[in-house]
Order: sequence, then structure tokens, then C-alpha cells
Amino acid sequence: MISPTKLAPWLATIGLFVVWEGAVHLFAIPEFVLPAPSKAMAALIQYWPAIWQNAFYTFWVTLVGFGMAVVFGLALGLVTGASALTYAALYPMLVGFNSIPKVAIVPVLVVWFGIGTIPAILTAFTISFFPIVVNVATGLATLEPELRDVLRSLGARKIDILLKVGVPRSMPYFFASLKVAVTLAFVGTVISETVAGNAGMGHLMLTASSSFRVPLVFAGLLVIAVMGVGMYAIFALVERRFVGWAFRGAETA
Amino acid sequence: MTAFVELDQVTMTYGGAGNGPPAVADASLEIRRGEFVAMVGPSGCGKSSILKIVSGLMPVDSGIARVAGETVSGPLTMVGMAFQNATLLPWRTTLENVLLPLEVSRSHRGSFRRKKAEHIETAHELLRIVGLEGYENHAPHELSGGMQQRASLCRALIHAPDLLLLDEPFAALDAFTREELWGVLQDLWMQRKFTVILVTHDLRESVYLADRVYVVSKRPGRIVYERPITLPRPRTLESTFDQDFVDLVHGLRDHIGEVRAA
Repeated sequence: MISPTKLAPWLATIGLFVVWEGAVHLFAIPEFVLPAPSKAMAALIQYWPAIWQNAFYTFWVTLVGFGMAVVFGLALGLVTGASALTYAALYPMLVGFNSIPKVAIVPVLVVWFGIGTIPAILTAFTISFFPIVVNVATGLATLEPELRDVLRSLGARKIDILLKVGVPRSMPYFFASLKVAVTLAFVGTVISETVAGNAGMGHLMLTASSSFRVPLVFAGLLVIAVMGVGMYAIFALVERRFVGWAFRGAETA
Repeated sequence: MTAFVELDQVTMTYGGAGNGPPAVADASLEIRRGEFVAMVGPSGCGKSSILKIVSGLMPVDSGIARVAGETVSGPLTMVGMAFQNATLLPWRTTLENVLLPLEVSRSHRGSFRRKKAEHIETAHELLRIVGLEGYENHAPHELSGGMQQRASLCRALIHAPDLLLLDEPFAALDAFTREELWGVLQDLWMQRKFTVILVTHDLRESVYLADRVYVVSKRPGRIVYERPITLPRPRTLESTFDQDFVDLVHGLRDHIGEVRAA
């Protein structure tokens, strides 16, 4: 017997598609406005070779950008959260940087690197590193004052406090941010491919919509959503695996 | 005989002199080596601030704080501390939590790996005394509040500090667990004879545990009364119902009343 909690997300998703399909037929919505999910699925099958090729491209571009964001985000998060001074100095700058719409920097990246893969990787990177930095920095900066006193009264070095307490303590925040960051990385890649790409799902969808093949656009959207959910699920598992201690209390409660 | 811990006319303000009213004003006290001293007073009266001054975590505005004959000018390293929150690290087992001070303290970190077996032995011994034998490999969340506080005491004592500073360590526990831990702390102290400063607002706790009780006034904290407790040791829960014990608690209670009225 599968538990209702396990079943619920599948039922909710199927429900959405059923309502969508029903609404399209009921209100006779034209296909070039909103195609029914059955039409999108048909387009998915019909154009599968092209979709697969572009989806794979988007997938690895996203992973490269995301990988850079993990390394860079973790490092910058540790620096930012390591002391009250660096936190005060860097945090406003990070917020400012995060407020810039990433679509606005794609043209700049194109000027620097040309159209293609590199701007897409960098867009995925710039959009996904922020949640990682903020979470890691927060994990470090919210160390309990009593614990800090205990450690200071032992003559502990800053580096020991950071390595033995700060870093392990920030790991649940880090792994939680990965789930969010990886889905954002897909957004970044697709933005760049749409604005200035010659391959990938963004490029495919732009080409399809300019020739009014709207079912293909929606097939592309579904594929991106599935990739995002899949990566989210993988990182949720990774989180459980590495920082299970942060969840255990909740399970026994 | 010089005092082990000595405060001479100490005034302290958070953020330094001139930043609002002081937390501690003109406090003077002397504590002998191996003595068990309790500080009682209303909430927010600066009792905890006195601990921060003694441990060197907070600099004084004026006056002198001395520990072991030396003027305190920065965080001391021969101090053990425990607080109302056990602040155990959730990703470490009980044993690993107890060993933490040895990994980071200035005097032990260099030799930690070499002496690890010896340290683990010491930790087992401490955990046995406080009644946590068999829980060495449990995670903190698997321990009750009282058990976490026992582990926190072990962590405060693992490096055999000369001075133990306790900031309301039993305040968050239920009455039965709290009274049981009084006995545990008394046992540890009678075996090892470290110097203790216990901050509490529980008068029975102070009379049960201490050789001497200081009453601290409301903010700014001043020491307004001092009372030696000469009841024989080991004190038991039964003895807390004796007339002597009850009279001492009443006596302190009257002084707290004056502190509040003042």
C-alpha cells in the first residue's frame, strides 16, 4: 500500500493536466494560444529527436553553470559568513548583484564571449550562485552566542571555530540551497539560449514559437519542468544523505 | 592566602564605558581556590555579566579582575562553561561533543591526536559519573533535556579546568531532573575540587550547592549581601527539608525582597 503522501504529488500533477485538457476543450481555446496537454505530448513524440538533442545540451550547460555556482557560492558564502566584518562588507553587494535581472546581462556576455555556450553557462552560474552564498553565510553567521563563548573561553582559534562548528553547522543550509539553485540554473540557461543561443531548449522554443508551432513550445516547457523536478529530487536525496542529522529531530517528533 | 578569583571595584558596560547604563557596578568579591560560590538575584541583574568578566569574554570599564593572581585581559583558557542551553553540536555523538574542548583548546589541540585514547578514557569516566554510561554514541537529539545538560557538564569539565562557570545550567529542566543534577554536580565537585561560580535564580539550588552565596542587586549589578553556607556535605535532597536549610533559604529570600524594593 503506497502512502497517501507519496501518491499526492502524482495525483495533483495528473489533476492539473486533466483540468488543463478539459478547459481547453470546454472553452474551445485555439491551439496557437494554449494547446491541450495531449497536443503537447503529441508534439513531444513527433519532434523527439530534436527535443532530446536540445534538452541534453541544455542539461549539461546547466550542470556546468551550476557546478561553478556550487564551488564559487560555497567559497564566497564561507568568506561572507566567516566574520561580522566581511558579512557587513559583502552582503549589500550580493543583494545588489542579485537584483539585476539576469536577462539584462546576457547581451554583455555575448559581447565578451560571442553567441553560444559560454554565455549560457555564465547565466546559469550567475543566477544560481546567490541562494548558495546567502544560505552558507547565514548558517555561519547564526552560530549560538553561548557556543561561541564556550569556544572562545577555550582559546579556540577562529579557524578551528570555523572548521569544527561553523562549516558543519552551515551544511544543512548549503544542501537546502542546492535544491533551489539547480532549478534556478535551468532558468538561467534557458534565458540565455532564448536571447542569444543557437542550440538548447530556449533556442528550440523560440524557433518553434516564431513559426507558431505552439504545441512544440509547450512540449519544451514540459521537458524543462521535468528536468528541474528531477534535479530537485536528486539534491533532496543528497541533502538527506549528508545532513540527515538536521532532519532526525523532526522525524522522531 | 590570596583569592583565586578576585573582582576589585569592577564596573562593566556592554559596548564599553559611556554606552548606556552599566551592567555591573562597583562589584567586589573574592573566591578561594576550590570554593563553590553561587550568585543569586533577579533576572537581568548582571549575574551573567560577572561570569563574562571573570572569563575574560568582556573587558571591564574600571576596576580589576584577577584570576589565579593574573589580571584578566582576554579570554582565559583554563575555564569550563555551561549554560541554560546545552548547545551540543547536533552532528556529533555525545562522546564527540564532550571531546570538543580538547580538539580546540590552546593547551590540548596540539596533542589531541596523540593522546586521543587517553582522552576518550577520561570522557567515558566523566559520562559514567553523570549517569550517561551507554549513551556515548547517541546523537544529542536522542537525549532528554536533562541528559543533554549532563553531557554539557562533561564537556565543560573534560579539559580539567581550574574554574567552572555555570550560567543557570539547570533553569530549563523540570524540578525532579534539576534536583537530581544538583547531586551530580556536587559529586563531581567533591571529587575534583575545581572552583565553581554558579549563576542561578533558584535559592534552594544555591543553598544546596554553594559554600558561599552572593546576592546581586537589580541592574546595574552590585553585590549587596554575602552568606556563607556551612551545612555539612554531601548535602542530600532530604537535607533540603531540614530547618537549617529552610532558614538559610528564607534569609536569602528576604534579601532578594529588599533588592526588588530598592
